[in-house]
Amino acid sequence: MAAPRSTPNRAGRMVVNAAAYAVTVFLLLPTLIIIPMSVGPERFLRFPPAGFSLRWYAEYFRDPDWLAATLFSLEVALLTALCATAIGTMLALALVRGRLPGRGLVELLVVGPVIVPHVALAVAMFLVFERLRLTGTLLGFTMAHTVLALPFVVFTVLAALYRFDAQLERAALSCGAGRFATFRHVTLPLIAPGVVSAALFAFIISFDEPVVSFFISALDRKSLPRKMFEDIDYNISPTLAAVATMLTALTVLALLLGFVLKRAAERRAAARSG
Amino acid sequence: MSRRPPRFLLGGRRFSPAASLALAAPFLLLLLVVFILPLVMLLHESLFVPAPSLGNYAHALEEPVYLRVMLRTLRIAFLVTLLALLLAWPLAWVMSRSRGVGLALLGAAVLLPLWTSVLVRTYAWMVLLQRNGIINQILGQLGLVGQPVRLLYTEGAVVLAMAHVLLPFMVLPLYSALKGIPEDYPRAAQMLGASPWATFREVIWPLCLPGVTSGCLMVFLLALGFFVTPALIGGPQQMMIATLVSQQVRELLDWPFAGALVGILLAFVLVLVLLFRRAVRLDRFVGQA
Amino acid sequence: MRKLEADRSAGSIAIEGLVKRFGRVHAVDGVSLDIRAGEFLALLGPSGSGKTTILMAIAGFEYPDEGRVLLGGEDITWLPPNRRNLGMVFQRYTLFPHMSVLENIAFPLKMRGVGRAEREERARGALRTVRLEQMGERSPAQLSGGQQQRVAIARAIVYRPRVLLMDEPLSALDKNLREEMQIEIKHLQREIGITVVFVTHDQTEALTMADRIAVLDQGRLQQLGAPRELYEAPQTEFVAGFIGETNFWAGAAAAAAAPGEALGVQLDGGVVMPALAASPVPAGGRVRLALRPERLRIVAGGGEGVPARVTEAIYAGNATTLMLETAGGQTLRLRIPAGTGLPEAAAGEAVTLSWQAADARAFAVRS
Repeated sequence: MAAPRSTPNRAGRMVVNAAAYAVTVFLLLPTLIIIPMSVGPERFLRFPPAGFSLRWYAEYFRDPDWLAATLFSLEVALLTALCATAIGTMLALALVRGRLPGRGLVELLVVGPVIVPHVALAVAMFLVFERLRLTGTLLGFTMAHTVLALPFVVFTVLAALYRFDAQLERAALSCGAGRFATFRHVTLPLIAPGVVSAALFAFIISFDEPVVSFFISALDRKSLPRKMFEDIDYNISPTLAAVATMLTALTVLALLLGFVLKRAAERRAAARSG
Repeated sequence: MSRRPPRFLLGGRRFSPAASLALAAPFLLLLLVVFILPLVMLLHESLFVPAPSLGNYAHALEEPVYLRVMLRTLRIAFLVTLLALLLAWPLAWVMSRSRGVGLALLGAAVLLPLWTSVLVRTYAWMVLLQRNGIINQILGQLGLVGQPVRLLYTEGAVVLAMAHVLLPFMVLPLYSALKGIPEDYPRAAQMLGASPWATFREVIWPLCLPGVTSGCLMVFLLALGFFVTPALIGGPQQMMIATLVSQQVRELLDWPFAGALVGILLAFVLVLVLLFRRAVRLDRFVGQA
Repeated sequence: MRKLEADRSAGSIAIEGLVKRFGRVHAVDGVSLDIRAGEFLALLGPSGSGKTTILMAIAGFEYPDEGRVLLGGEDITWLPPNRRNLGMVFQRYTLFPHMSVLENIAFPLKMRGVGRAEREERARGALRTVRLEQMGERSPAQLSGGQQQRVAIARAIVYRPRVLLMDEPLSALDKNLREEMQIEIKHLQREIGITVVFVTHDQTEALTMADRIAVLDQGRLQQLGAPRELYEAPQTEFVAGFIGETNFWAGAAAAAAAPGEALGVQLDGGVVMPALAASPVPAGGRVRLALRPERLRIVAGGGEGVPARVTEAIYAGNATTLMLETAGGQTLRLRIPAGTGLPEAAAGEAVTLSWQAADARAFAVRS
C-alpha cells in the first residue's frame, strides 16, 4: 500500500513552514530593496532601476555635510563603545562577584534605559543638556549614548561571566597569582570574547541611534542618524539609499564579527567541560 | 596578621560591599546625571511650572485633540503587537524546530533587522509606500489601480511598518520559549489521540505562553513610545504621543506640557512593567547574536 | 641535618578548634587536627560533613569563624590563598583553557617571577614527573581526563610547595582510571616527600591511599587513625557504619565494661553473645553491636551460637554473600571468601552463627 501523499499532519506543517518563510521575506525584503535602488542612475527612485551607476555613492563622498555627520557619529560611537564597555564590565563584575548593597535597585537601573521610552529620555536629556550647553557636543552625545548602550553591555558581559568557571580563579590564586594577576591572566582573557562583542553592540547602538540624537543635535553638529532623519523628512534622495546600504553592510559586518567571537567563546567553554 | 579578610579577592570570595560599590560607582554616577536627574527635572517642570498643580496633566487628558492622540497611540500599539504576534509565531516555531544551517539562516533573518538602523528600515518602507513608490508602480503596471493610491500617512502604513521594525522583539522571546518544549511533548499528545490543532491548543500554546507574554509586553512597550517610524510614516495626520511630545518641545517650547505627556507615558510603562515584572527579559536580545 | 629537620616540620599543618558557620548551619564544628610533615592524610566523610570546608580553610578560600590554621608552626589563618605557597588540585582539573599544557604548568612560576628559560625547564621537569613529556604543546582540551588531572598535579607541584591539597581529584574519572591514578599519586607523594591533604567521600580510595584518615560527620571529627585502625577498631558507631560493610544488632549489656573489655550482650530476640566494648558500657545499658559480614562464621554441626535461616545466597566470584534471618526477625549479611574452605550454605537452609568477642564491637546507645 502506498503512503498517502498528504496527511493532515504534513499539510499543517507545510502551511506553518510556508508562513515562516513568507515572514522571513517580509523581514528582509524592505531592507534589501534599498540596495538595487542605491545603484540606479535616476533622480527618482524606481524599481527595478534602469541601469547601474555609483553616482549616489559619489554624491555622498563629495558632500561635506554627510561626511561631517558620519565622522561625528564615528567619534561618538567609538567613545561610547569604550566608555560603556569599561563601565558595564565593572558593574557586571560587581553584580556577579560582589556583595553590592541595594542590588535590586541597581538591577532596576540597568534595565531602566530600555524600559523608559527613548523619546521620554531624549526630551529629558534635551532639557538638561540645553542648560549645560551640552547639545551638539561630543561629551553630551557620548554620555547619552553610553546610558543607552549600558544595558546591552552589562547583559552581554554578565552572560560571559556566568559561562566562566569561577573555579579557574581559585586555581590561579592557588598558583600564587594575586587578585589583579588573576584577573589579567585568567578572567579577562576568558571573558574577552564577551567583552568585545559588548563593545560591538555599544558601537552599533550609538552609531544607529536616532531618537536621542534627533533631540540633542545642534544645527552645526549633528549625528549621521539625525542627518538621515532630516533627509528622509525633506527630500528622499537616492543618496540616502546609498547611505542606508553602506550602513546595512556595516551592520552585517559587525554581526558576523560578533558571531565569530561567540563561536570562539563557545569553543572555549566546550573545551573546558570536555 | 590582621583578622580582616582581604578586600578585593576574585574567586575565593566575593568583593566586599565597599569594593563592589567602587566598581559600580561610574555606572551609578552616570545614570544619576544622565538618566535620573533629567527625568526628575522634566517631571518637576510638569508639576511645578508655572505653579504647583496638576494643570498640565488635566490639560493633556481633557483636551480632545490630545486625548485622540493618546487613544490612537494605544490602538496602534495594540494592533502592532497583535500583528507582530501573528507574524512571529510561525517563524519562531519553525526556528525552534530547525538546527544547523537552516537555523543560522533564519536566525540571521531575525537578527539582521534587529541590529539594522531603525531609520534605514523606516526609509525602506517610505520608498515602498510613496505616492510614486514601488508598491504603487507595481499596482499601476498590473493595471489594478488607475492612479496611485495614498499609502503613506495612513494608520495601516504605520501599523505595518512598526510591526516590521519591532518583529524581532517578538520572535526572540517566542523562540526561547518554543525551543524549551521538548519534541516528545507534541508527539506524546498525538499518541494519546490529540489532533494537531488540539496538540497546539492543549500542549504547545500553554507551554509557550511565557514567551508570548514577554514578547507582547516588549513590543507593546516599545510601540507606545515609538518615535521615528510614526513620525516619518504617519506624519502629522497619524500623530502618536512621541511625535506630540517632540512637537511641544521643538516647535511650541512648552516644556511643562511636554513633561506632563512624558509623565503619562511613563506611568503607563511603569504600570505595565510592574504588572508583568517577570516577563521583562532583556538577556534574550543580547545572548543570541 | 638541622636544615633538613626544619624543612620537614615546615610541611606540617595544625588545625586548632576550627568553626565555620554558613548562616545557622555549622559546617565545621570545633575540629582540631595535626597533620605531620610528609604524611598522606585523607579527609573522609559524606557530603555535608565539613571535609571540603576544612580543606578550603587550609587553602585560604574560606576564613573560619573561630580557630586557627598553622602551617609549619606559622599562623596562616588570614593569609590570602596566593601567599600561602600551597599546591592545590581541584575536582574538575581547572586547567586554564587559553594556555597550553606547558604554559599551565609554568603559570605559578611566572607568578613567582621566575625567568622564562628556567620556567620552561622546570615545567618540562614537572611534566616528566607525571609522565607526559610529549604533551607540553597541546591544549588542555586535547588531553584525556586522566592526563588533564596529571597536568593539574604537575602545575601544583612545580613550585615545590610544602603541602599539596587535593579536593576529590579523582571523582571525575571512570573506575579503572581512578584506581590507576590512586596508586600513581601515592607513588608520586612518596617520591617527592610532600604533605598531602586529600578530600574524598570514597572510603576505598581513602583506605588505599592514606597514611591516616580523618573521618568527619556533621562538622565533627569522628576518628583519626591509620586505615587498619579505623576498619578494625572503629571508635564510634558512625565510623563503624561508614567504613566497610557492617551489620548492626541492638541488645543489652549483661555487665558493665570499660572500652576494650570483653562483655556479654543479650541480643534482642536472641541469645547472649560475646563482644568487645568500644565505649564505656553500664550494666544493663542498651548497646548496638557492629558485626563485619566477613567475620561472621557458620558453625558446623550445630554448636553454640545464633540460629538463623538463609534467605538468599549470592555468588560473586571472589566471595559468597548469605542473607540471613534469625528467629527474632533480625536480618544479617554474612560473607564467605572464596577458596577458604569455610562451610557454605544454600538458600532455605537453617544454620548456626557465631563470632569471636574481638569481632563484635559494642557501642553504648546514648539515651
